[in-house]
Amino acid sequence: MAGQASKKDQIKKEIMTEKIKIRARHLNFFYGHAQALYDISLDIKSSQVTALIGPSGCGKSTFLRCLNRMNDLIPISRVAGEITLDDVNINDPSVDVVMLRRRVGMVFQKPNPFPKTIFENVAYGLKVNGVSDRVFIESRVEESLKKAALWDEIKDRLHESALGLSGGQQQRLCIARALAVEPEIVLMDEPASALDPIATQKIEDLIGELKENYTIIIVTHSMQQAARVSDRTAFFYMGKLIEMDETETLFTRPRLKQTEDYITGRFG
Amino acid sequence: MKTDISVRIVFFTVALASIAILFMIMVFLFMEGLPIFKRVTLFEFMFGKYWYPTSSPPDFGIFPLILASIAVTLVSAMISVPLGVMTAIYLAELAHKRVAEIIKPIVELLAALPSVVIGFFGMVVVAPFLQNAFGVSTGLNLFNAALMLSFMSVPTICSLSEDAIYSVPTALKEGSLALGATHWETLLRVILPASISGISMAIILGMSRAIGETMVVLMVAGGAAMIPTSLMDPVRPMPASIAAEMAEASFRGDHYHALFATGIVLFLFTLMFNIVADQIAHKYRQTGEASL
Repeated sequence: MAGQASKKDQIKKEIMTEKIKIRARHLNFFYGHAQALYDISLDIKSSQVTALIGPSGCGKSTFLRCLNRMNDLIPISRVAGEITLDDVNINDPSVDVVMLRRRVGMVFQKPNPFPKTIFENVAYGLKVNGVSDRVFIESRVEESLKKAALWDEIKDRLHESALGLSGGQQQRLCIARALAVEPEIVLMDEPASALDPIATQKIEDLIGELKENYTIIIVTHSMQQAARVSDRTAFFYMGKLIEMDETETLFTRPRLKQTEDYITGRFG
Repeated sequence: MKTDISVRIVFFTVALASIAILFMIMVFLFMEGLPIFKRVTLFEFMFGKYWYPTSSPPDFGIFPLILASIAVTLVSAMISVPLGVMTAIYLAELAHKRVAEIIKPIVELLAALPSVVIGFFGMVVVAPFLQNAFGVSTGLNLFNAALMLSFMSVPTICSLSEDAIYSVPTALKEGSLALGATHWETLLRVILPASISGISMAIILGMSRAIGETMVVLMVAGGAAMIPTSLMDPVRPMPASIAAEMAEASFRGDHYHALFATGIVLFLFTLMFNIVADQIAHKYRQTGEASL
């Protein structure tokens, strides 16, 4: 009993002293004239899973895509406010967006493997980042596929097309691909929404395992999923951050009526 | 139900009519072309080095014509493929939206230029230039024809390649960028490989347009039915030969049949191009969201 209690204390202590990895302050985001995010301020802690929930169009995906500056691809978009990663403003002109994206990996809603072999898919990130050591690449590919819990299923067909995999396998491949470049943070944009329940289960188990070594931010439509996988949850609505708290607290004792209405399914 | 059936019959008849007409043209082509093989063997016809259809005895060897067509098409492809594909890449991936909006219609306008105008340009502007610049006896030659043909196939190659590049799913580009690839790496390693089938199809269709083109080669290729030894030699590609000689060939004479047989050979060439393009399209048919 004593052991268990001290273990709990240990965990609690860890959470309390947890380093803040990403800090957003007064973040506003515009698509042309339309404002998509209003004054978002929140902290994302290291080695935790943070879930972003909210109805469609609430800005959670937009926020996620601000974190690796994926929104740069939209020519008419504009960011105001500050996002810092390890106390460096990621929107600063001196920040190399390529390096940023290497540190902040991303898994998309629909599995998007390249039309290449399984091996080439995982090795891609290494190759574009200048790694040419064949032995190193091979070991990293294996390691990443193991981390993504895909190795055992596909180890005999590494050199077959990734497009022959099932949807769930493709998504785990995309996770392996993201892990191969050793990011510090992994962004997941509804990673299981296109998958069946069994594949979803596998992805969720995987997230649980990955959080020890990575900071994970997951956008999800499913509140059950947020409750199952995340440590902290942020509720977005109409481009605003309504409430953010420990997941358990948010789902059991939300501070705001609006949050309660959403998580109990009264709207949204 | 009844109107359904009658509508179907009407459309079927119309569709059948156009196919039937094409088929009849083909039958006609073979009927008029094949009799030449009573005079010469297929081998002599295809590989004979001399095309003197009006001397006596006449020589019906179209090897110089076939070679001229192939040479003109290949040289023009060497010019039009880099031009067309790189313009397509620029328009689809690199150009500012506004710039692309201006350049795209201009490229497509090139396709609207009547071939006789391009031929005229080659004759009056390019030929004297080549003659002076390279000190050759005539500016109406293989290179001039290839250059003019490449002007004609660039719009085809460019706009079809651009469609192919454009149709690569955004998800793939984002996937690559999210892994820390630069735009350039993404283009080279993901976007181009994913659109290579569409680009090859564009190239083949562009080349098939070049090999069948008549007016330009008639005007600027120089018209000498001999095997070319340099880029600046005048040549006589198959379409030019047919167009130039048909009027003077006696009806259903040997020369007439030989020209139709040349038409068959030309037809087989373009057919081959189209079959290859079709094969590529089938082989890489998009089967799912991210598969190309």
